[in-house]
Amino acid sequence: MTTAATTLAPEAAAGQLPSKGRVGMICLIIAESAIFTIFVAAYIYYLGKSLSGPTPQEVLRLPLLNTICLLSSSVTITFALGALGKRDTRRFGFWWFATIALGAYFLVGTGVEWRHLIYEKGLTIGTNLFGTTFYSLVGLHATHVVVGLVALLIVMSLTLARAVKPEHVERLDVLALYWHFVDGVWIVVFTVVYLIGR
Amino acid sequence: MSMPGSSSAARSVFERLHSWVVTVDHKKLGLMYIMYGLLFFVVAGVEASLMRIQLAVPNNHFLSPQVFNQLFTMHGTTMVFLVGMPIIFGFANYLVPLMIGARDLAFPRLNAFGFWLSVFGGLLLYFSIIGAMGMYGAGSAPDVGWFAYSPLTSKAFSRGHSTDYWTLGVLVGGFGSIATAANIVTTIVCLRCPGMTLMKMPLLVWLNLLMCGMVLMVMSPLTAAQIMLLLDRYLGAHFFDTQAGGSAVLWQHFFWIFGHPEVYVLIIPGFAFASEIIPVFSRKAIFGYPVMVGATVTIAFVSFGVWAHHMFCVGMTSVGNTFFAISTMLVGVPTGIKIFNWIGTMWGGKIRFDTPMLFCLGFLFQFLIAGLTGVMLAVTPFDWQLSDSYFVVAHFHFVLVGSLLFTIFAAIYYWFPKATGRMLSERLGKWHFWLFIIGFHVTFDTMHIPGILGMPRRIYTYEAGRGWETLNLICSLGVVLQAAAVLIFVWNVLRSLIKGQRTGNDPWDAWTLEWSTTSPPPEYNFAERPVIRSRRPLWDVKHPTDPDWKYE
Repeated sequence: MTTAATTLAPEAAAGQLPSKGRVGMICLIIAESAIFTIFVAAYIYYLGKSLSGPTPQEVLRLPLLNTICLLSSSVTITFALGALGKRDTRRFGFWWFATIALGAYFLVGTGVEWRHLIYEKGLTIGTNLFGTTFYSLVGLHATHVVVGLVALLIVMSLTLARAVKPEHVERLDVLALYWHFVDGVWIVVFTVVYLIGR
Repeated sequence: MSMPGSSSAARSVFERLHSWVVTVDHKKLGLMYIMYGLLFFVVAGVEASLMRIQLAVPNNHFLSPQVFNQLFTMHGTTMVFLVGMPIIFGFANYLVPLMIGARDLAFPRLNAFGFWLSVFGGLLLYFSIIGAMGMYGAGSAPDVGWFAYSPLTSKAFSRGHSTDYWTLGVLVGGFGSIATAANIVTTIVCLRCPGMTLMKMPLLVWLNLLMCGMVLMVMSPLTAAQIMLLLDRYLGAHFFDTQAGGSAVLWQHFFWIFGHPEVYVLIIPGFAFASEIIPVFSRKAIFGYPVMVGATVTIAFVSFGVWAHHMFCVGMTSVGNTFFAISTMLVGVPTGIKIFNWIGTMWGGKIRFDTPMLFCLGFLFQFLIAGLTGVMLAVTPFDWQLSDSYFVVAHFHFVLVGSLLFTIFAAIYYWFPKATGRMLSERLGKWHFWLFIIGFHVTFDTMHIPGILGMPRRIYTYEAGRGWETLNLICSLGVVLQAAAVLIFVWNVLRSLIKGQRTGNDPWDAWTLEWSTTSPPPEYNFAERPVIRSRRPLWDVKHPTDPDWKYE
């Protein structure tokens, strides 16, 4: 039998299958969500089980500005891609830079919070169960922000080199999907750590 | 004078090796996955044989207790992470693009990355044998059991670095699995040939889609738990530290949320092989295709709600015990449906008893027994009696050896001609099958009984006079037959690679797309993109007057 033998019904039209970049990223997001689920479950399970202080009520402050910045960055990245879709690379660059700035502000804010907790409140990962679960959950999320920022920065430098073209919008859309996921996880972390757990 | 000739020959060997190392071709990577798995299969088999020698007679001092602990830890970890996972990913890699008429996986370079991560994880784990001495001179290979219960893994009880090698090796391999699973899911969702709707995919593709979807969800809890363990051991965190209020039971939950669905991750590809091979050798289309898909979806779904049946003895609430007992028994329903469908496929068919079919028949029988002992162990009070006994060991070897390994052998005999262009010897294949199935039953049927008599697993020796001696000796003798069968298999593969009978594209007169291209397939798989109209495209080609698509 020859290979040609299988092409027997050329009239059957190829249906439009989804973009592989998006599907691949959704797979990664599913896997990442499962990882975060376990860390969130550990956080909730150990709430109030620390044998010694400090407790979340004593030391945690609501990171409102941080949260607003990170969530806004999901909006600015959407503006950026919208601009690129309209072939306006200049406006794309502006909104992309805004996304990076907001993400970086979030990271700095987390750094300031951790400095406050470590040096002024004496809470480290080894202090008690709260420290263990808090630093690992928030730290895992912050790690994802760092990875996202590195990717965003690579695109930014390509933009400055005028290498980003409107036809790249589909690929950047995949990166945006990851960034939205990182923001979505923060909503969960914020709710669990700062609203329910405090 | 001979210099130029020999150096060019040496270069061509080097070049060939190089082409395998840098390849991103799904077929080469698939074969490397399978070879990597088979290599570690031999290693894990040697470890099992050493343990059976130690247990053959009472009060034996062939192995020290320390070495025995390392052997069962390495045997379990190796079989699950370095044999089972690579081989099923290898077959998925090789077969999925061919069966859906694609050029390659969706992300070929990610595929190579996933493979080499898995290799690195495996080597890291085995490097522990020489590299884990640590500052205290303690440890070498990991010895905490393949599920590494806390607090045994804490710094206080596990000195040196052996546990860290276990953690990191499995963690790295897990990243490789997640990458490959994402790749295969994307391939199936995005790269199917024209005409191949979801319900026209071969069952193997459907089952691998579900398997990889499960891998995404089950490897991650293990990854998370391993990260927590590393934080505990290196940064002084207290996740599993009972002294600081942490919970040792939490590790068990996290591990088995991975561990139980993992069993289905391993066995669903086994179902997939059987679902392709049994119809071809019964000369009938698969019986109840949509029900087979539905049953597998159900198994995948239910498997996420049964993990704590591994923990009945830990002291859960009676509500918890009841829930997990019932959900575990529920698994019997969809798996029973599948067994009936395979029998329904054979019913009234013209069955050909070639080696692949023989291994599938062995699988059907042994999987039934494995399911029945599984339902027994799901009964909580029964489990209280038999947990951590050799009955459990016999049960899961019926699943992983009697079912998964049998279907893997079936798949190797079935697809070897596609991958190499040569048949495996049927005569040696029959020897392999009969010696292996007899050896298997001698070892593992017998092994249920010392379990019922109270012999715990993981003991390095036992006293004479408990009534366990003869049974253990029989278990160990069965290993000789199994080892002989595996040697015949290895010989068969090596010999057939060179001298095997050459074969055409389609030696089994089969119906799925991979048999329409040459054996071995060219790098581009298909000269023209196939277009299909039914689940058995080659049947349609061979029987233009009576095509399947008229009936589906």
